[in-house]
Amino acid sequence: MGNLNFRPLWRYEDAFIEGILNTLWLTVIAAGIGLIIAIACAAILRSGPKLLRYPVLGYIELIRNTPPIIQIFIVFFVFPGFGIRLPPFTAASIALALYFGAYAAEIIRSGLDSIPRSQVEAGHCLGISGFQVFMHVVLPPALRNIYPSITSQFVLLLLGTSIASQISAEELFHTAGVVESRTFRSFEIYALIAGIYVCLVMAFRVFFAALGRLAFRWPTRR
Amino acid sequence: MALVEINNVHKSFGAVEVLKDVSLSVEEGEIVTIIGRSGSGKSTLLRCINALEPINSGRITIEGQQVAAGMRNLKELRQRVGIVFQAFNLFPHLKVERNITLAPTLTGRVSKREARALALECLTKVGLAEKIDAFPEQLSGGQQQRVAIARCLAMRPHLMLFDEVTSALDPELVGEVLKVMEDMARQGMTMILVTHEMNFARNVASKIVFMHQGRVWEEGPPSKLFTNPQTPELKAFIGSTRHN
Repeated sequence: MGNLNFRPLWRYEDAFIEGILNTLWLTVIAAGIGLIIAIACAAILRSGPKLLRYPVLGYIELIRNTPPIIQIFIVFFVFPGFGIRLPPFTAASIALALYFGAYAAEIIRSGLDSIPRSQVEAGHCLGISGFQVFMHVVLPPALRNIYPSITSQFVLLLLGTSIASQISAEELFHTAGVVESRTFRSFEIYALIAGIYVCLVMAFRVFFAALGRLAFRWPTRR
Repeated sequence: MALVEINNVHKSFGAVEVLKDVSLSVEEGEIVTIIGRSGSGKSTLLRCINALEPINSGRITIEGQQVAAGMRNLKELRQRVGIVFQAFNLFPHLKVERNITLAPTLTGRVSKREARALALECLTKVGLAEKIDAFPEQLSGGQQQRVAIARCLAMRPHLMLFDEVTSALDPELVGEVLKVMEDMARQGMTMILVTHEMNFARNVASKIVFMHQGRVWEEGPPSKLFTNPQTPELKAFIGSTRHN
């Protein structure tokens, strides 16, 4: 510990940058797909056919009550047994999308519940379809109400992508492991990527704050 | 044929029967005002007319078409029947313009390009053209309610339902909303309204319906009902409203 030396890491600059980009990419894909899953699940739980509600509840409970690392392992190691063989990055994207989707579904559900019944009625009374009422009347204010929670969940996802290293998906934490095995500069490496994660999260917080101001411009009583 | 025909309608919420054998018919161009105490079933009746509440038995038809909660043409029916609520129920995230044009554009009645002109036309009718780019929260209660009326008008309804639309307003804002409704009445819109505004009922309505304990207790032209009530219940009700 006595002599910190970051210099050997410079040689791996490109590897770190690639790791960062892969981490970002993995986060964005998982969040994007996960958000669609979440909205669909929340809509089904709120007003979908009863027959679909139980599988959706099962999915949410399963994901929320198991460690994410197991979810990744199942997609990567168990799916091939059923003939579905996926490259590590794809497997990690799917597993993390399912992971994010389950948590986000609960958050979005609470957002939908925050919209008064009278808004839905007013929509129906205008003679537009239930789907249109959901998309145009219920969803936008619901998303606004849960925006802070969903961005926190997004940060957890970003940090959680590090477990994808366990199936050799080449994200930032995986890069760190590779570089460590070549330089044996453990402390420097993990200090560096900890710093990188901090910067990424900060950058996203700034981005989400700006996005929120842009997307949710209507005045509210609060 | 009457525009709205309500025959022997019963409606219960659990064990409580709120509408008991209600029958009523509304001709085209008529202004029917439903009065009565809280809990007499006025609002429920209104909500049954556009199937916001399913009825337990009886029959409601609008322009010859029977209304039922799960009916296939419910959307088309609701496009012909506008309803304005006590709490305005504007969409807070949409500007006034989009509040008005949402349904007409989504149902394909107008193109996106014609939409603003439609919004402007409807807002002009309620005297709020200058608020087209405002958000609902930036308007007073009376203005919000007038936008809600404009939102209904944009669908070119054949019938308008008003559910205590001035009850949530500050007293000084009631007049502007009633004036808009009077204008609509003068232009021949068929209207059914639940209201506590007795002067409005007296001056504008073509027919008054007094509901009591879930039944149509008395009905007739305002001149007859207000000056010569037949039942002690209506007499008492009129007496109780005189004081405020």
